[in-house]
Amino acid sequence: MKKLFLSVIAMYVGILSAFSQGNPDSDSAYKKRKLTFQEANLVSSYYNQNGNNSAVTGGIGTEKLSDISNSIDITFTKYDRRGRKHSFLGEIGVDHYTSASSDKIDPHTISSASHADTRIYPSVGWTMENEQKGTTVGAGLSYSQEFDYQSFGAKVNFAKKTNNKMGEFSAKLQGYLDQVTLIYPIELRPANGGRRDENNYATTPRNSLSASLGWTQIINKNFQLSLEADIIYQQGYLGLPFHRVYFADQSVHVENLPSSRLKIPLGIRANYFIGDKIILRSWYRYYKDDWGINSNALQLETVVKLTPFFSVTPFYRFYQQSAVNYFAPYEMHTASDKYFTSNYDLSKFNSDFFGAGFRIAPPDGVFKISHIASLEIRYGHYHKTTGMNSNIISLNLKFK
Amino acid sequence: MIRFKLLFKFRYSLITIITLLTVLNSCTTVKEYQKNKLNDAEMNLSSRKIEKTELNFQSYREGASGANGGKTGGGCGCN
Repeated sequence: MKKLFLSVIAMYVGILSAFSQGNPDSDSAYKKRKLTFQEANLVSSYYNQNGNNSAVTGGIGTEKLSDISNSIDITFTKYDRRGRKHSFLGEIGVDHYTSASSDKIDPHTISSASHADTRIYPSVGWTMENEQKGTTVGAGLSYSQEFDYQSFGAKVNFAKKTNNKMGEFSAKLQGYLDQVTLIYPIELRPANGGRRDENNYATTPRNSLSASLGWTQIINKNFQLSLEADIIYQQGYLGLPFHRVYFADQSVHVENLPSSRLKIPLGIRANYFIGDKIILRSWYRYYKDDWGINSNALQLETVVKLTPFFSVTPFYRFYQQSAVNYFAPYEMHTASDKYFTSNYDLSKFNSDFFGAGFRIAPPDGVFKISHIASLEIRYGHYHKTTGMNSNIISLNLKFK
Repeated sequence: MIRFKLLFKFRYSLITIITLLTVLNSCTTVKEYQKNKLNDAEMNLSSRKIEKTELNFQSYREGASGANGGKTGGGCGCN
């Protein structure tokens, strides 16, 4: 009887404690409804390149360029009353570059304003994930401004997981409304210098619309892959006004390219965890467009986890493309050509990109600073068969 | 020569399709508690944050772009 009495008391206390109201501060569901800082990323890079096929000087001359870029993104999350997760992303990036070839737009100046420029590109985004239904919807806006280029962008996206959560279908629509400032090479400028008025150069539109479809699939507990297919349509002024083209008769012209372009890239990405310490990351893309470019790109990375918190990642990327139908080198175009360019980025070439990076993500934070979740540094060397070489070093700090 | 090229293309596509079907057919259901490796930060099925500037310079220096979750064209003075 005593045992029964004690059991009833214990059950009562148990039930009471199960239904008692907890401290709101310790109630996780209550906390999640507040807007919560999720993570922030700082990415800084230094890039430099050199070569002898600048499009500004008609496919000859220095391509020397250096660029410092910094961007920071920050994500906040919040759960609504129906348990849906809202993520809010804000990002701002600033690139500053100096370019020897841009300085040749007006070679009569010792160092013109065009030898350096700064690009600023803020963006905002929102996604809403319904974990019960396995759906995600999102939207975003972006802006980019540099001296001779301005862009407004918008996107919407949708994703749906399969019932067993092993696969996910995704779709994205993206659009950019851009304005190219018409700064011609000095010797090809109209009488008023190409200016709309005393202070402004004339501009012309370039619009891009893209639709992307994706599928991600978990194959087993070590292996997953994704497929992505894009279709991109661009329309408007698709060349750059300061790219010179020298014809066989030694006359000089501004690059002239068609006013529309259809691009179709298809990509596959596969990641495999081998044992407990090695991850193989691979990516392949086939690309085709209606200007005549056929291209293949393959990237392989091996992540070696030397400890659970420290990894080293050597990587290699091979790229190959055919030339656009409108490309010819310096003094090879003729007056019968309707479209013409001497931009070697649109010529036939192969390229190799290789390097390595390391990542530190200790549980008590980088340098024992708990808010710095990880630090990653990566170096790469890029070589084109046209003779262009470049180097890039990047840093990523993740804050949580 | 053209016939040989077409045959090569057909075989190449067939091998790709058969490989994909074989891989997709070998899918096994993975429970949430078995996803610790799949959820590793470096198993993410997208380009890494640190690749941001690399992808940017590649879109300027190469004629092809897209199918990597990033830029597809537009938004910059790139190709």
